[in-house]
Amino acid sequence: MNSIQLNNQGRLKHFLDIEGLNRKLLINILDIADSFLNIDTKAVKKVPLLRGKTVVNLFFEPSTRTRTTFELAGKRLSADVLNFNINNSSTSKGEALIDMLRNLEAMHCDMFVIRHNAGGAATFMAQHVAPHISIINAGDGQHAHPTQAMLDMFTIRQNKGDFAPLSVAIVGDILHSRVARSNIHALNILGVSEVRVVAPKTLIPTGIETLGVKVFNDLKKGLDGVDVIIMLRLQRERMKSALLPSAYEYFQSYGLTESALKVAHPDAIVMHPGPINRGVEIDSSVADGPRSVILQQVNNGVAIRMAVMAISLGAVSEQDSN
Amino acid sequence: MDTISIIEGRVIDPATNLDLVTDLHIADGKIIAIGNAPADFTAAKEINAKNKIVCPGFIDLSVRLREPGAEYKATIRSETEAAAKNGITTVCCPPDTDPVIDSPAIAELLQQRSAKAGMAKVLPLAALTKGLKGEHLAEMGILKQAGCIAVSDVRPIVNTNVLRHALEYAATCDLTVFLHPIDPWLGNSGCAHEGVVSTRLGLTAIPEQTETIAVARDLLLVENSGVRAHFCRLSSGKSVEMIQQAQDKGLAVTADVSIHHLLLSDIDIHLYDSQCKVCPPLRSSLDKQALGDGLKNNIINAICSDHQPHEAEAKLNPFSMAAAGISGLDTLLPQCLRFAEQMGMDLITILSYLTEKPAAILGIDAGTLQVGKVADICIFDPNKNWTLNQDTMYSMGKNSPFFGQELKAKVYFTIINGKVVYEYL
Amino acid sequence: MANELKQRHINRDELLMVGIQTGGVWVAERLHKLLDLSQPLGKLNIAFYRDDFSRIGLHPYVNATTLPLEVDDRHIILVDDVLHTGRTIRAALNEIFDYGRPASVTLVILIDRNGRELPIQPDVLGCSISLEQGKHIKLCGPDPLSLEIRSNS
Repeated sequence: MNSIQLNNQGRLKHFLDIEGLNRKLLINILDIADSFLNIDTKAVKKVPLLRGKTVVNLFFEPSTRTRTTFELAGKRLSADVLNFNINNSSTSKGEALIDMLRNLEAMHCDMFVIRHNAGGAATFMAQHVAPHISIINAGDGQHAHPTQAMLDMFTIRQNKGDFAPLSVAIVGDILHSRVARSNIHALNILGVSEVRVVAPKTLIPTGIETLGVKVFNDLKKGLDGVDVIIMLRLQRERMKSALLPSAYEYFQSYGLTESALKVAHPDAIVMHPGPINRGVEIDSSVADGPRSVILQQVNNGVAIRMAVMAISLGAVSEQDSN
Repeated sequence: MDTISIIEGRVIDPATNLDLVTDLHIADGKIIAIGNAPADFTAAKEINAKNKIVCPGFIDLSVRLREPGAEYKATIRSETEAAAKNGITTVCCPPDTDPVIDSPAIAELLQQRSAKAGMAKVLPLAALTKGLKGEHLAEMGILKQAGCIAVSDVRPIVNTNVLRHALEYAATCDLTVFLHPIDPWLGNSGCAHEGVVSTRLGLTAIPEQTETIAVARDLLLVENSGVRAHFCRLSSGKSVEMIQQAQDKGLAVTADVSIHHLLLSDIDIHLYDSQCKVCPPLRSSLDKQALGDGLKNNIINAICSDHQPHEAEAKLNPFSMAAAGISGLDTLLPQCLRFAEQMGMDLITILSYLTEKPAAILGIDAGTLQVGKVADICIFDPNKNWTLNQDTMYSMGKNSPFFGQELKAKVYFTIINGKVVYEYL
Repeated sequence: MANELKQRHINRDELLMVGIQTGGVWVAERLHKLLDLSQPLGKLNIAFYRDDFSRIGLHPYVNATTLPLEVDDRHIILVDDVLHTGRTIRAALNEIFDYGRPASVTLVILIDRNGRELPIQPDVLGCSISLEQGKHIKLCGPDPLSLEIRSNS
């Protein structure tokens, strides 16, 4: 679908969206990330792959964790990394995104990692950027967060090995979640047996079934027998926009507690993209419990982002030299 | 005086159900004969219309001229000229200019400047409430005297009490109300039709009920006030049903649709094509089909361009941040013909939605080729293909989802008040 | 080659043999067995250290680098199948040094061919061969090991 992501040899040039990528490509990302995992065992925690390249982190939404892991990933690949944290309210009145793009292009940067609150912002950048620059989507509105999805797939593979037999439940604010959308695509491409989404009707977007999921409004039914549980963060603003009565009531019905976890497969793992709202979407005892792989996800974030950055910039360079 | 004979054209007049290869003669700004010229008539200009269609000039119910207030997007001069070059001889200008058309001065300014340009005629629509703020009634009586053809809300009137009174007052002034059915709350932060496409692309959604709830509310108040109401730019199939019910009940209700809602659906947004961002949004393909059927069944009575020219930068943004609207003057006729082809609709029928029927909605003596009527005429070649691009587009706004497409039908002559204002060379 | 190595390295405790993926690893595995070394064999994948990344991009591969022991103060025996331009060895040395500071590095090469672009020479050599430009010699394996001469397509 998003064919703009691939160069004419079918290699990943921009990483914008999981949708439209094939299984082989996703597995390749996971494999390369695997070989970046042991990089912190070295005295010099770096490889010189992107030496001399400049990576710009363009963050129009505040995010410490994602920005930091992209920065670390860039630095471990020996790239120079610039961080731009842009207050969105000022850009909507001031500099247009396209002008900012032109300015950064003029500075001879090689890769833009962009997070923006408008769905499609990364695609927009890729559609208008000079051909020698690669765009990585670090989250665009409610659309996609493909590197998060890949690190989730990486974590699932580490724990479960094979994707085929897995039943996976994604629980929480599906409506506003780019993580959910990207994970749904990734899981289906990697061929899990079942993807479920679990949320009250107010947080389920219209037509989500067409992405290949089963919808559950009841937590215990939704978690019944699943192998992987992906909890989503619930933003406090959802209470204000009349989507939910209160955080407390949400926790009562959809919070992942020890007792809710009992209906899942005994070896089920619990994931969360972070940051966690303890006592809102997940109980502390579960988040810190033996089933939780949340910290493992964090640890995997750098390796996955290194893989994606190296693959994409590699494809751009290759195209340049051809 | 200007005397013109149009020779051997296929003369189509939907109002009189005329479709005949014949001649048409003009003098003193009026049509004086169809067929043989009167004795002692000599034409100062003779137009050979062989293999071309001669029809009434088109009447477009919604054309943003962008003047006053946004002249960097377009001007009265540029857009009335673009309209004329596309066979459109009369355009209605919605009141959301800056300043708003809520005073006679602005209404007169529009008419004077357009008259000076001498191209398409401009009929201003007056604001229903002052400043379009939905609080106080605009001076509808005075605005009517100043040449406003109807009154319109454009933006939703939140306060139902105000809307009810505004409709009652418009009825008192014998003014038609142009209503844009949009619920002020539902989907007010949305940018795409709520459905599979918005879910997949993660675009904030505008549900169908944004329109249908407003249609329901407005219809109840229309019934209560007895006002003549025209519903602008329907986008959903359910709205068509509701309008039909109201018409069956005998309410004086009409409706229009933009040509792009007849040809495009939310699927055309594809990869965030901001050229497909419009308000109301492009809806599902089922809605598109229902709108087409509504037109065929004469529930919807007119097709308009919903012309909204923009500067290039307005669209050069991520979808949700891009400006809404399509520059539609240049594609109105070709795309109507494409739609007719898709629907298996004959030429005289499709042309009725651009001529006789919008004239009836506005209550103006135009949109027909009868002897004695004002000579506003379009002559086009239905088989001349051309490609829409920067150079072939006459409007100042080059924002169109149809860019690069090969289009059918080219206007060769436009006659307004009996004068040739445009000739394609 | 094994004999020559035996003579060179008296102190066998501080050795670490490292093969370069993939041909070098096969050669190293044979030498490792012949020398009967007690330390596990290291495997180096220099994909991330190549100097032609910006020309050929990152190719998918499976085998990651594994260095089972600390590199610091160790005598490294670096093994590869074919020494041609010398760029692979340059990359391998860089990678080794990112793991620590070895006491020494001994370069063991099965086949040395003409076409050197960097000042790198083998310490222990199997044999030398002279090839026309455009011809390549390639070790095929792992079992049995054989040599193949191919032309650039």
